[in-house]
Amino acid sequence: MAAHNFKHALFCAFITLLISYPILGFNLEAQGINITITGADTTTILGVLLAAVVVFLFQLFRDQIMGRVGDLTSLTAGKHKEPMAENRRAKIESWVLTGIVILALFWPFFMSRGAVDLATLVLIYIMLALGLNVVVGLAGLLDLGYVAFYAVGAYTFALLSQYLGVSFWFALPIGALLAATFGLVLGFPVLRLRGDYLAIVTLGFGEIIRILLNNWTNLTGGPNGIGGIPDPTLFGMEFGRRVKEEGNTSFHETFGIAYSGEHKVIFLYLIALVLAVFTALVIRRFMRMPVGRAWEALREDEIAARSLGLSRTAVKLSAFTIGAFFAGFAGTVFASKQGFISPESFVFLESAIILAIVVLGGMGSQIGVVLAAIAVTILPELAREFSEYRMLIFGAAMVLMMVWRPQGLMPMRRIHIELKKQE
Amino acid sequence: MLEVKNLSMRFGGLLAVDQVSLDVQEREIVSIIGPNGAGKTTVFNCMSGFYQPTGGQILFEGQEVQGRPDYKISRLGMVRTFQHVRLFNQMTVVENLLVAQHRHLNTNLVAGLLKTPSYREREQKSLDRAAYWLDRVGLMDLANREAGNLAYGQQRRLEIARCMVTEPKLLMLDEPAAGLNPAETKDLNQLIVSLKEDYCVSVVLIEHDMSLVMDISDRINVINQGRPLASGTPEEIRQNDDVIKAYLGEA
Repeated sequence: MAAHNFKHALFCAFITLLISYPILGFNLEAQGINITITGADTTTILGVLLAAVVVFLFQLFRDQIMGRVGDLTSLTAGKHKEPMAENRRAKIESWVLTGIVILALFWPFFMSRGAVDLATLVLIYIMLALGLNVVVGLAGLLDLGYVAFYAVGAYTFALLSQYLGVSFWFALPIGALLAATFGLVLGFPVLRLRGDYLAIVTLGFGEIIRILLNNWTNLTGGPNGIGGIPDPTLFGMEFGRRVKEEGNTSFHETFGIAYSGEHKVIFLYLIALVLAVFTALVIRRFMRMPVGRAWEALREDEIAARSLGLSRTAVKLSAFTIGAFFAGFAGTVFASKQGFISPESFVFLESAIILAIVVLGGMGSQIGVVLAAIAVTILPELAREFSEYRMLIFGAAMVLMMVWRPQGLMPMRRIHIELKKQE
Repeated sequence: MLEVKNLSMRFGGLLAVDQVSLDVQEREIVSIIGPNGAGKTTVFNCMSGFYQPTGGQILFEGQEVQGRPDYKISRLGMVRTFQHVRLFNQMTVVENLLVAQHRHLNTNLVAGLLKTPSYREREQKSLDRAAYWLDRVGLMDLANREAGNLAYGQQRRLEIARCMVTEPKLLMLDEPAAGLNPAETKDLNQLIVSLKEDYCVSVVLIEHDMSLVMDISDRINVINQGRPLASGTPEEIRQNDDVIKAYLGEA
């Protein structure tokens, strides 16, 4: 055991050196037209060596260290606590959630503009993650091209407003429905696919949409994107300093208050909040309805589900369509918030981040997904100084999660159903 | 009510099932026995629509069902269990039973979102039916456990209950006694008989446990190497020389 550990540790240290020395230990310097390699300074090399030693020691005593850490987490997670009575727990949970939503309603009035703006982004990601949670977490269909539906929602609003002057409130349902249609259309060819193959095809679909938006220059403006997307209005009241559209009034004049740019930001935040809550509630209902149970049954055992009369086609398509619908929602809000969209906002990385949120939060768990969305969106903003290492931190967090909580932050809990005893 | 005529199933060069015929009357328990690899489960897979038979005819209540998609056959009232228990492991016991009633429920999304009275009523009905069957197979106390955590014998019973909530006319059980202890097998025996007697369900049974088969079957079909070997009442089968040679003698 010890010998094996030693060998393994030595190997890991060697790999560390092998990977980091060429990357950090050499510098390429341009001298005229030639490029020469120079060695890095001693501190860098010492750093690389130190890292190798740390890796070596960690791997050597890995069992002891992980054992320690395991003890710690079991304490914090309250593993030995008695579980609360089911109905009481549900009641407390719903009160706490209502409280948080009410708090979130008033919170922006006391915060800075930047914070509210960031919170709006968080809410958009919450909507996206909740929607993807239906597809990946509940129905178990690994979708790597989810961002395509987000793009469809955003571009629908952008194009409609640019060419037809449609307002936010009209574009919202249209964008969502169009995204849902795309979900339905994508669903058909991938019905027979599962697992890796499904992931590849959806990944391809995501890219097709992005490349299409990029190249259909006549319609979408290509890489230049679409600007001047109008802000949402409140019963025809605009939030700009001057009214842009004939017949509208402006918010600050109607209420006789001084103009402030913050009004618009707060209003967008509130719209996003309402939509996010709406998304969460609707999907929560779906989870408890026959369709939600069918999604999960298909994930658990497709053959058994079919033997009980569930149509694979209908179940998978409904998951894809509903997931896409909420992505369309989020896309419309996003377009309105940014005022400008381009294909660059809908790259594969976005899909990956949304998927990471779902996995991080715990597949199928709504509260977990919301928490993860907050964490994944806010942490990079807080750690702006380390922005170069953002991806590194992201990767490290993923690895840590895999080791400690493979089931996610808050794994999905089953609904407790009371049955009446039959006489 | 079920008639299988000259069923054949070919996988490439292998003729797994060759000219097997079978008929099941109402309220009858018909067993299919045969050595391992004889093609019993393949017959089941053809009947339940998992395979498209390469030859022959399957009539269920006068309708041809061969080649129809599996979920449609199941909706006609032919429901099966599996050789290896296939439950929805991460879902609770009740949820397993609710999923099975999918087609009895109002699946209208809007009705469900708004919780219309008719939706609630049906949901309640399916809950009651689930409760009834849980009580019937003795799993009431475990209703909110995850199905994957049940003991093996309980999983077997849950699988049968899950078929029964769909209100089938014909139940196809694939080795329901596999892995059960003698006491559990006896319970199963009584359960299957009561399904026939009290719920008017016909049963097709694949089983290796001879005492169970001989006990409850009205008729038995023996298959050997994909071909029908014999069929008749338990008494006839017991005395059939070919059967004894091919199967019982070895056991």
